[in-house]
Amino acid sequence: MVEAVRGFYVIAGAWIRAALTYRTSFVIMVLVQVVITFLDFAAIIIMFGHLDAFGGFSLPQIALLFAMSGFALGAADLLVGNSEALGRRIRDGSFDQMLVRPVPPIVQVAADRFAIRRIGRIAQSLAVLTWALWTVSIDWTVGRVVVLVGAMFCGAVIFCAIFVMGGAFQVFAGDAAEVSNAFTYGGNTLTQYPLTIYPTELVKGVTFIVPIAFVNWYPGLYVLDIDDPFDLPSWFQFASPVAAVVFVVAAAAFWRIAVRRYRSTGS
Amino acid sequence: MYAALAVRGFRRYATYRAATLAGAFTNTVFGVVIAYTYIALWEVRPSLGGYDIDQAVTFAWIAQALIAPVAIFGGFVVDELVERIRTGAAAIDLHRPVSLLGLRLAEDLGRGAYHLLARGVIPTVVGALLFDLVWPDRITTWVLAALSILMAIVVSFGLRYLLGLLAYWIIDIQGPHWIVILSQLFFSGMMLPLVVFPDWLRLIADLLPFRCLIQIPIDVFLSDSTGTNAAPLLGVQLLWIVILLSAGAALTRIAVRKVVVQGG
Repeated sequence: MVEAVRGFYVIAGAWIRAALTYRTSFVIMVLVQVVITFLDFAAIIIMFGHLDAFGGFSLPQIALLFAMSGFALGAADLLVGNSEALGRRIRDGSFDQMLVRPVPPIVQVAADRFAIRRIGRIAQSLAVLTWALWTVSIDWTVGRVVVLVGAMFCGAVIFCAIFVMGGAFQVFAGDAAEVSNAFTYGGNTLTQYPLTIYPTELVKGVTFIVPIAFVNWYPGLYVLDIDDPFDLPSWFQFASPVAAVVFVVAAAAFWRIAVRRYRSTGS
Repeated sequence: MYAALAVRGFRRYATYRAATLAGAFTNTVFGVVIAYTYIALWEVRPSLGGYDIDQAVTFAWIAQALIAPVAIFGGFVVDELVERIRTGAAAIDLHRPVSLLGLRLAEDLGRGAYHLLARGVIPTVVGALLFDLVWPDRITTWVLAALSILMAIVVSFGLRYLLGLLAYWIIDIQGPHWIVILSQLFFSGMMLPLVVFPDWLRLIADLLPFRCLIQIPIDVFLSDSTGTNAAPLLGVQLLWIVILLSAGAALTRIAVRKVVVQGG
């Protein structure tokens, strides 16, 4: 484990130094990340120009959900987002080299082309979070603080697991990298809004199949002190760590199977 | 000759079948999510911006179908031009018996046709199965909508071609590329139909070429039920095509004069 962390640190550090060499490009790319996430929020603000409540939630309440989901995706994207690019490594054969190095392949895949510019999304989410906490009225208790902070951590872990699964999937389906976008960026877009606007089947899907509702929805309901509109068990609001553990175990298993099944393209 | 190039462009992208399916799947997932956000908005404000709920949902799905053909996320043509300029292969393009702009346009039309079929049809069919979509009533509207989508691809090409040519002057075009992508996302109607924008923002969007990519083709598609007059919209697209392509042609001439091939 210590070795894995050190490996990640060494590889990611090299990529960070590389990125910082081209300072203008780096600044531009961070700004781009900030603007992209800001545009999502701008769309919500424009919608609120026509409404007072969206799916029964006020703008500050939605901002809280938005920020929790954005932070989780941003952190996961920073840490393991490059598993998306595994397909290219498989195609050009350089995944083989990773398998013979003395650092676990998952660490190498995650740190490969480590893109420090992705702090842009995290920064923007934290800015929205600050605004949301400033404007929304929450009856703060220790429990609420723990659930909020815990959910942001667990949410990042859940998105990490999805990224790793997406990477593993590419061992079986070469250039189908975009499928994982549907769950990562798609999941992020879906959870930016209160789930009350979706049909029940969809809400059950993001609860029991791909548990992205645990990134922000259930813990968010607890923090905002809102009764679950779908009447699912109230302990779900504390279950984000359970969902995270279950999904990490599943992702780890899938990753192992993928690496074991991997056949080099070399002749 | 240009027809042959277009066919090559079509076939070139048709090779990547898994990638296409994956992309269509992602477009479909986003279609579902965005359709429900529009439903939530239009349920509170029926007839917002002149659309009813079904028209708004249709907007969400057609926009997903158009992402790939009109290359909202840039890339195509831009990346190739930049790479060829960087490696010097651009010099070979100048020997060819076709104009650089014509060659790239023909190829890109082939790509656009493929993306429209492969990445447009699947989301549209799924959208039609899950929701009540609004279809044009008259054959002429279908024809005009097809024409408008074709012009949207040409406008998008014009923007990307100019971007690619920039590489003759600045080496790293990532900054300008992203400015165009972000504008294409926001001012095209992709993130939110422009009819929902506040007046001042709508005015900015109307003065920019980006609405030719998403908002205009969809407004033409919906024109039977919304009562919009399609002709002026097609006129706007044509105007931008003339502006962008003549700028592209002029800039090509200047760039050709500037080019110095290394090792020559």
